Amino acid sequence: MAKQYVTTIVNGDNVEVLCDPTQTLLDVLRDEMDMTGTKEGCGTGDCGACSVTLDGVLVCSCLVLGIEANGKKVETIEGMAQGEELHPLQRKFIDHVALQCGICTPGLLIASKALLEENPDPTEEEIRYWLAGNLCRCTGYHKIIEAVQDAAAEMRGN
Amino acid sequence: MRYEAPETLDAAIGLLAGQSGQVKVLAGGTDVLVQIHADMIEPDVIVDIKKIAEMREIADEDGAWRLGAAVTGKELMDNAAFNAAWPGVMDGVRLIGSVQVRGRATVGGNVCNASPAADSVPPMITSRAIATVIGPNGTREVPVQDIATGPGKTSLEAGEFVVSFKFPKRPARSGDAYLRFTPRTEMDIAVVGCAVNLTLDDAGICTDAIVSLGAVAARALIVEDAAKALIGTPVDEAAMDALAAAASAAATPIDDKRGTVEFRTEVAGVLAQRAAAIALERAKS
Repeated sequence: MAKQYVTTIVNGDNVEVLCDPTQTLLDVLRDEMDMTGTKEGCGTGDCGACSVTLDGVLVCSCLVLGIEANGKKVETIEGMAQGEELHPLQRKFIDHVALQCGICTPGLLIASKALLEENPDPTEEEIRYWLAGNLCRCTGYHKIIEAVQDAAAEMRGN
Repeated sequence: MRYEAPETLDAAIGLLAGQSGQVKVLAGGTDVLVQIHADMIEPDVIVDIKKIAEMREIADEDGAWRLGAAVTGKELMDNAAFNAAWPGVMDGVRLIGSVQVRGRATVGGNVCNASPAADSVPPMITSRAIATVIGPNGTREVPVQDIATGPGKTSLEAGEFVVSFKFPKRPARSGDAYLRFTPRTEMDIAVVGCAVNLTLDDAGICTDAIVSLGAVAARALIVEDAAKALIGTPVDEAAMDALAAAASAAATPIDDKRGTVEFRTEVAGVLAQRAAAIALERAKS
């Protein structure tokens, strides 16, 4: 079938893109919009590397068809920093060295941001359960949890 | 592949009935997109049913809940009144995938994907929810336990899909619960699952019970002997022993990398007891 126009708001900008109905939102972001910050890990919803929000809901972009994003708001890692100023989660991930190879990092940051919007003061257990859908094969998670807790404290004004 | 997103049930019925090639209903997509990605299916047409209003509603109809088949796990988790009414169903929903997966995945999809290990299916069965199925030949009502017929197979006929689930009103002093065994607490597939729904009289005697096991047969089972072990008792130790024996006796699992026949058979009994204990507490509170 012919490609179809999809109109979305990505990180606050109106974007119109031609996409094939078989392309996932992940494919459309990376291949059609050249936004390669969102990573492909498993492609089957197990690893969370491709996490984005769709109308504010945390999803795996590999499990959404690009065409399903028509008329919806998409937030990706590219929209997290304000210009040169990193989001507190991004700064704390660097401060705590909560990454090694970095492939899981955009997904973990997007998922952590969604957590803190819902729960500004999560316990370690709540963070671990929330991030169960984001796999990291380098860090062992400990530094990631510390970075999220530290960022949460800063964002609460402590 | 063509993508269609009808906004009415009639339009969806027309699209699903009028196709010659392979047609797939798309709800949350957390199974369908994986199957496309793995080349397990190559649909000619995808019919996205998420824009149909009645399939997105959660409604309390005078104590009897109606749940649209395209309501996501997250939307259900955010509905405090439904959580209070059917905590055992929510035990199952909360165990589906990750936060990301529950942002998309639907109970309707979990039921129609027909995995024997689907976490929301045993508690949906014990809730005695009835699915409203619609298709080219009209509407019919199907108990949840009659939707799946085996792994990946359903009793839905060509062009049919589930619109919503209707839950019965709950009597006073009722409680339900679902537990599963998995090596990981999250993002895992049930080795065994068990749901129990029971009702007590004002003296604390169990007057009604239904028990369902998941992941120990080709589809989720209703274990009538397990329910009989509870009915007429105060759900005491003797009843719990009989419950466990009945659950283990009903389990006909396979050996695979997730668990052996012997292990699954024993765990079916253990989980039945533990789920019954939680359901009992909920019935009393």
